Amino acid sequence: MTATATSRLSGLPDSPADLRTFLHGLPGVDKVGIEARAAALGTRSVKTSSKAQAIDLAIRMVDLTTLEGADTPGKVRALSAKALRPDPADPTCPPVAAVCVYPAMVPTAAAVLAGSGVHLASVATAFPSGQAPLEVKLADTRDAVAGGADEIDMVISRGAFLAGDYGKVFDEIVAVKEAAGPAHLKVILETGELGTYDNVRRASWLAMLAGAHFIKTSTGKVDVNATLPVTLVMLEAVRDFRERYGRQVGVKPAGGIRTTKDAIKYLVMINETCGDDWLHPDWFRFGASSLLNDLLMQRTKLTTGHYAGPDYFTLD
Amino acid sequence: MFEYAPAPESRSIVDIAPSYGLFIDGEFGEAKDTFKTINPATEEVLTEVALAGPEDVDRAVAAARRAFTSWSARPGSERAKYLFRIARIIQERSRELAVLESLDNGKPIKESRDVDLPLVAAHFFYYAGWADKLKYAGFGPEPRPLGVAGQVIPWNFPMLMLAWKIAPALATGNTVVLKPAETTPLSALFFADVCRQAELPPGVVNIVTGAGDTGRYLVEHPDVNKVAFTGSTEVGRQIARSVAGTGKKLTLELGGKAANIVFDDAPIDQAVEGIVNGIFFNQGHVCCAGSRLLVQESIADELLSSLKRRMATLRVGDPLDKNTDIGAINSRAQLDKIVELSEIGGQEGAERWSPPCELPDRGFWFAPTIFTGVTQAHRIAREEIFGPVLSVLTFRTPAEAIEKANNTPYGLSAGIWSEKGSQILAVADKLRAGVVWANTFNKFDPTSPFGGYKESGYGREGGRQGLEAYLA
Repeated sequence: MTATATSRLSGLPDSPADLRTFLHGLPGVDKVGIEARAAALGTRSVKTSSKAQAIDLAIRMVDLTTLEGADTPGKVRALSAKALRPDPADPTCPPVAAVCVYPAMVPTAAAVLAGSGVHLASVATAFPSGQAPLEVKLADTRDAVAGGADEIDMVISRGAFLAGDYGKVFDEIVAVKEAAGPAHLKVILETGELGTYDNVRRASWLAMLAGAHFIKTSTGKVDVNATLPVTLVMLEAVRDFRERYGRQVGVKPAGGIRTTKDAIKYLVMINETCGDDWLHPDWFRFGASSLLNDLLMQRTKLTTGHYAGPDYFTLD
Repeated sequence: MFEYAPAPESRSIVDIAPSYGLFIDGEFGEAKDTFKTINPATEEVLTEVALAGPEDVDRAVAAARRAFTSWSARPGSERAKYLFRIARIIQERSRELAVLESLDNGKPIKESRDVDLPLVAAHFFYYAGWADKLKYAGFGPEPRPLGVAGQVIPWNFPMLMLAWKIAPALATGNTVVLKPAETTPLSALFFADVCRQAELPPGVVNIVTGAGDTGRYLVEHPDVNKVAFTGSTEVGRQIARSVAGTGKKLTLELGGKAANIVFDDAPIDQAVEGIVNGIFFNQGHVCCAGSRLLVQESIADELLSSLKRRMATLRVGDPLDKNTDIGAINSRAQLDKIVELSEIGGQEGAERWSPPCELPDRGFWFAPTIFTGVTQAHRIAREEIFGPVLSVLTFRTPAEAIEKANNTPYGLSAGIWSEKGSQILAVADKLRAGVVWANTFNKFDPTSPFGGYKESGYGREGGRQGLEAYLA
């Protein structure tokens, strides 16, 4: 099985049956156990100096996102400006990791972000459903990269995955990665549609074997988005994958993370599952929009000692 | 590195008096002879409590006897009211109680707050519900209480063991004289105050503090009808001898050396959590702790490396810090015993490993420890260590796992880790242990009976079965 996986890792074709054998040979995930562990980590008490450190790290990990049909160049420009300087009143506040937009909005965001060090991510591959022909997905990807995106957030074909057609999912990821060229590839598993933690673990390994730089929980467009237990399964997967193949893969929970308290729970979980190596914006991101303002409010509270109202923070 | 700043729970939330007398007939008396109780994390003296002699125990039993007539004559629904009231007061004052328990016992506040106290309240609520339904519990049409129950409890879960003993006794119409452990008397004395707050009639619950002799006076007292003991097998044997032929009803919940069996198809990460919870929960001061890890040889290396990685994240230190996973060893004597058995483990050729961890200078501490290469013949595989020390053994087939798991004089609990339901059922059926956990460990619930086979004792506590020990 190791031989199979190694050849998959190096991009050599292999039979879908081997892939299936490998993925179904991974240790199972006990639902009660993983949820209990995630809940237990959520009771860690992070205060004072550790809280300040955590808030700044969380801000640096935010993929500031707008993915609406109503997005306009004006909205995207404003969001990009906020990404560069989240708290206009406090120059010590770090910028976020990236801005995440639809491909059509990439050139607009690129114009603001150029040369800033803030990354530009774009959802591609017929986001969020992924239900389009491969050629369309690849064209979508090439467009986004050509427009200036240096990170591509692709969706997997959940239909193919749930039908057991792992080979198809694998090949699509390989093709999109090739189309993305130099851009980093985040693979969205859409865990809310996968149904079980076993599937989340299998999809994580499948994406990593196919070459993903990041594995990402959700599109934010279905009922259940990022949760702590799902992210824990994915963190265990990247930890075990690196131990086995020596390559580090990042993790991005997205959707539904709105408060500083939530964000800190994720940081605690990284700290006690994968350790230091993943506590960096290169290896962990929050896909979020409203989270940033809560982080800023808590940051201001820590530095000034009192809470400022929501009107003291910019909308976008 | 992401360090967590200290997050201590405030100890000022609970008032500790400079000294405590005995709680007899609804009143705290003056303390004549006393002994000190200390905080095992700092060795600081917390307070002085009375050392009960034979006359004190006599007075307590007499008070319980007087109270028995009217308490047992009350309708079950009336007794239930008091138990419900006690349960609610415990919930309301659980923060105080959790801090007190951690101070006196050394267990992390995370556990006293999230495990012990919720279970204590749940136990009183559960047995309150039984008080007016005893006729339908399956012990005959008119089950009757026994009289005065003499109860002796250990130091590992002081408040929870008190609840396990007192709640069913009161629900069934008995009255109680309870002796908490010498090193952890404070939560029982706090409970006496809860009884007063609940306006429980005087004499229904009496608390006598002291050491082994006080316990002996109590269980040997001729006017005690029922003896309930949780503690070591050695003391349990003495009690069984002294009670034999007296007509007293007896339940014993004693030691254990539980096997935690991990099969090759186990959910590895959750099994690792279960192993950690099985042996490091409450510093391993748990009679049903999973102190023998039986792991299938084909996954032993992988499992052990995961276990070691996980152990390196355990936080040992101040019990009142909300982020502490492992607190202090309860007493100097217990620490000495753990150190001694661990040294024997090394001398007998097992390989010892602990994660790097800094232990405080003062107080009683022991780093979480595993021994690999342990065989059935090693003392650390046979004797109860009652500390954060895990012995790791391997097996090849399910039959061998069952054989090894059962090859112990104890039989309190066991754990099975496998994704295969049929295997779990088949193995559980053959394990000679009172509790078998599947894909979990150290899970407790008032509705579930708890007790052992063989030298782990007899009788059951909890559930409908727990009523039987207090009914004739």
